[in-house]
Amino acid sequence: MSTDIDVSAHRHAVEFADGVFWVGALDPTLRNFDIILTTANGTTYNSYLVKGSDGVAVIDTVKENFSDEFFARLESEVDYSEIKVIALNHLEPDHSGALPELMRRAPQARLYISQRATSMLKALLHADEDLQYTTVNTGDTVSLGDRTLEFLHTPFLHWPDTQCTFLQEEGVLFSGDVFGCHYCDKRLFNDLVGDFRFSFDYYYAHIMRPFKKHVMDALKLIEPLQLRQVAPTHGPILRERPRRYVTHYRELSTSALTCGIGDEDQSMIVFYMSSYGNTARMAEAISEGAGEIDGVRVSLYDLQGGETDPFVDLIEEADALLFGSPTINGDAVKPVWDLLSSLAVVNLKGKLGAAFGSYGWSGEAVRMIEDRMRGLKMHIPQQGVRVKLIPTEEELEECRSFGRQIAEVLMGKSQKKDVIDFADLA
Amino acid sequence: MAKAKITFEDIEQTVNVPAGTRVIEVSEKIGAGIIYGCREGDCGTCMMHVEEGWNNLTEPSVLEEKVLKENMASRHDRLACQAQIIGDCKVKPA
Repeated sequence: MSTDIDVSAHRHAVEFADGVFWVGALDPTLRNFDIILTTANGTTYNSYLVKGSDGVAVIDTVKENFSDEFFARLESEVDYSEIKVIALNHLEPDHSGALPELMRRAPQARLYISQRATSMLKALLHADEDLQYTTVNTGDTVSLGDRTLEFLHTPFLHWPDTQCTFLQEEGVLFSGDVFGCHYCDKRLFNDLVGDFRFSFDYYYAHIMRPFKKHVMDALKLIEPLQLRQVAPTHGPILRERPRRYVTHYRELSTSALTCGIGDEDQSMIVFYMSSYGNTARMAEAISEGAGEIDGVRVSLYDLQGGETDPFVDLIEEADALLFGSPTINGDAVKPVWDLLSSLAVVNLKGKLGAAFGSYGWSGEAVRMIEDRMRGLKMHIPQQGVRVKLIPTEEELEECRSFGRQIAEVLMGKSQKKDVIDFADLA
Repeated sequence: MAKAKITFEDIEQTVNVPAGTRVIEVSEKIGAGIIYGCREGDCGTCMMHVEEGWNNLTEPSVLEEKVLKENMASRHDRLACQAQIIGDCKVKPA
């Protein structure tokens, strides 16, 4: 196997399977990607060419300002008139940036995208009338004569539009962002580049982690394939033992923390901040009440005593999340917002949420936290409890009752009226 | 004012509402499992499945039809932020 690859020294296509070429671009100076990600050594925008007996396919393009490098590599191997297929696995601008110019240079080529990509394509190209494309789903194929490209519908990895394309004859999976990472190395292949394990896991944690369920669905399609190489849109091409990365994705997408909580049990986390101990007393009373319900495992956490990242891990595994905050200057306190603004990397959809807090004169914090939780697609079954300054024994009993009610909803035991009138809803 | 009953199958709850109420207004207040993104019929996040009373919701607009198609909606799926309740129906998250 060659060990002297340096793709930064030329602008040629690089063949890595019979008739399959890398025609991407290097971006070694990039330090921040999509605002949310950092990278210590840049990234690559990987685009690929597949040559068949009846035409050429281009799979994904590059970020617009790297078009020159992409077109130079492409021209080193094929003429634009040979291009029959353009398959876009993901329409984010770092992969679709060179698409308009490619379509201009190869007007005969047919564009293949997922159904969910159509509205994005129109919003990116703003050329409604002229756009010609074919939408594809799992199992759909396109022939290049002696080569067949098969499409796999793998949504939300990492946008709703994402898909993978599999070259059957060579066993190459063009995986889009899946199995990618922001890691720029002129040696290009996983068996030659430096140690990119950190970058691989970091990329998963920020891009794929919120969509673990979709990762598992995608793995069901990917794992049965006779994989010989995985060619993602960022980072090294995985030609050496590609299946290791597929297995690693399954491990990363599987729940790590079980804490001895049984399958039937539900985990409720009560977070709070308290300046004079009033919200803390409410938190304790709510936890006591919730703990009376069989099957609910309640954990009480003072936000002053923890750091955001481990709390995010905990939240990902929890079934119900309660936040207690005093109202200070008409707002919830900063540590609560810090945690509530750090949850984009986990999926909270459908988790139960509730808020509570003591206040001096206006008490906005509770409603603001509830709104934020709704925004995170959590289910808020009940308006939160607010107490003016020091809770009385009656008010603490109200907190216990609130905890019990949330816990009952969590365990599916809440008592409901047969029919509620809309006017009675808060 | 004419009334209608909407049942949210996932939480087994029925609500009596004034005819013309959008599903989103009820489902958010009652805490049903339908989730929302843009709330203006563009993103498809709030897709729901209509189990019963398909004809008791207002007809989907051309724009809603387009978004449903783009999101690969099944038969009898609607957007909860767009559909208005005009008669008894039963829905659940799609």
